[in-house]
Amino acid sequence: MTFFSEANRVRARDIVARYPFAKSAILPLAHLAQDQDGWLSPAAMDEIAELTGVTAAEVQGTCSFYTMFKRRPCGKLIVSVCTNVTCLVTGGPEILEHLEHEYGTDPEVTVEEVECLAACGGAPALQVNYEFHEKVTAESAQRLVEEYRAGTRTPRTISGATVS
Amino acid sequence: MIEETRIITKRLHDRADDSWTIDGATASGAYDVLRSVLEKGDRADVQEQVKLSGLRGRGGAGFPTAQKWSFLPPDLWPRYLVVNADEGEPSTFKDRMLIERDPHQLVEGIAISAFALQCNLAFVYLRGEFALGYERLTQAIADAKAKGFLGSNIQGSGFDLEIVVHRGAGAYICGEETALLNSLEGERGMPRIRPPFPAIAGLYAKPTVVNNVETLSTVPHIITMGGAEYAKLGVNRSTGTRLFSVSGHVNKPGNYEVELGVSFRELIFDIAGGIPGDRKVKFFIPGGASSQWLTGSDEHLDAPLDMDFVQQTYSVMLGSGAVMVFDETVDPLLVAWRLAKFFAHESCGKCTPCREGTGWVEKVLYRMSHGLGRPEDLDLLFDIGGNISPGVVNAPFTQTTICPLGPSVVSGVASLHKYFRAEIEARYPAGANA
Repeated sequence: MTFFSEANRVRARDIVARYPFAKSAILPLAHLAQDQDGWLSPAAMDEIAELTGVTAAEVQGTCSFYTMFKRRPCGKLIVSVCTNVTCLVTGGPEILEHLEHEYGTDPEVTVEEVECLAACGGAPALQVNYEFHEKVTAESAQRLVEEYRAGTRTPRTISGATVS
Repeated sequence: MIEETRIITKRLHDRADDSWTIDGATASGAYDVLRSVLEKGDRADVQEQVKLSGLRGRGGAGFPTAQKWSFLPPDLWPRYLVVNADEGEPSTFKDRMLIERDPHQLVEGIAISAFALQCNLAFVYLRGEFALGYERLTQAIADAKAKGFLGSNIQGSGFDLEIVVHRGAGAYICGEETALLNSLEGERGMPRIRPPFPAIAGLYAKPTVVNNVETLSTVPHIITMGGAEYAKLGVNRSTGTRLFSVSGHVNKPGNYEVELGVSFRELIFDIAGGIPGDRKVKFFIPGGASSQWLTGSDEHLDAPLDMDFVQQTYSVMLGSGAVMVFDETVDPLLVAWRLAKFFAHESCGKCTPCREGTGWVEKVLYRMSHGLGRPEDLDLLFDIGGNISPGVVNAPFTQTTICPLGPSVVSGVASLHKYFRAEIEARYPAGANA
């Protein structure tokens, strides 16, 4: 047991205790692990297996199903651009193309195409580390990313928790 | 001019600055109904009022809530109440608003329902991407507990309830209730074969009720108004109000709460402000991406928001309450392709017809929507669609799969066939791209 920090191990035990069966804690523990390290490493999944009393293979089996779990190191900022139908007809694909062009080789920024974010009232929409931004344009989206990078906006963690 | 009928959206509009806080919510009556229900202590009466109200699930399937509750076996314990807050149906964004802006209404609805159903542990399965919703809901639960509205011996009634918020991690399929339960148990989110139904063997193989956020948010108001009074709102078996997420080519996209029975025209034009540039509606998708489509014809626009009528007459569903409007500049093939891409991406892979079929539908629609179609493509789509949902144009779906995700991709195919066959055939005459 070396992956979670001391504070996070306390949190992890609290999370496991919420459920009648420990295996239910796999998803929340994987979020916690990502928030600590910025991605979901094999070492993290090994420790989640220990905490929940299942095999590491079971944890990987579960986690590999879900798109929010980044099982490879990724940028500090995940920019999730919606291109589903409402965003499709209001400019989402153009925003995605622009950001991919700008940040395609930038190790700090991971741009991803995502499905409907439930922000269609403000389409086109995107999230930066799961913070919603609506009615964006290619230019305003890039400006947002730059503000997060410069620290004039504080990003959430990689799984969307507020940084305290 | 028709207007909104605000019942479950009243607080979040009236107290826009603090509706999600415990002080803002209690100042506008939150937990008053819970308190009186617990004082009265009549579980059967809560169930009776919900039955009289005619409330039907607001997540998509429209199943009568009281009937769902009644399936719980009387002698199996513990029972669980699970709230489906995994909102992911394309163009649906009502539950996110209810969670972010009125979490206490949801908590109160959960508490009243859990009391009626004798559940002491409830789970909210919240879509993983809803970071702000997670914060607001967990804060609301902590604050409600501190005020004695959750926890043990609530308001001295002897009733105990804990609510656990469980974040998903990015998988549309987890909005399907049995996939949701698997995910909540720490598994991959794949649907289960029914029977057994969740009411008999759900979470941890125990009796479980799964209800949508909007459904449970409505419960406190049904108790306040009385079930019979609530049932006076709406039309036929579509009682009460519903939240509709109107998006796409309208001047005022957003969530609107209207009495069921108003027409699509009233919703799109009176309430959502009509189409930008006074262009015409070419087509619209009336109930989320899984539904078949309707066109901008007078007949379709004047159809009432009545779950049974639209299903029986046009094979469409009000589903999750998402109304996507597309003006005459939009290529229906492009929309059908993008939705097929969505379903192909979100297919969990358990059932072969869906795992393979959604991918093929996506590929064929891609070439058709990008100028590479062939004359036989529409029939080819029909053939693939028939393997996932025999009959293709049916509603409700026939299905060769465990859950309705696969058949949902066929809705677009059926709609292209019904309304746009001539337009597509003109684009791809015999010999094109052969």
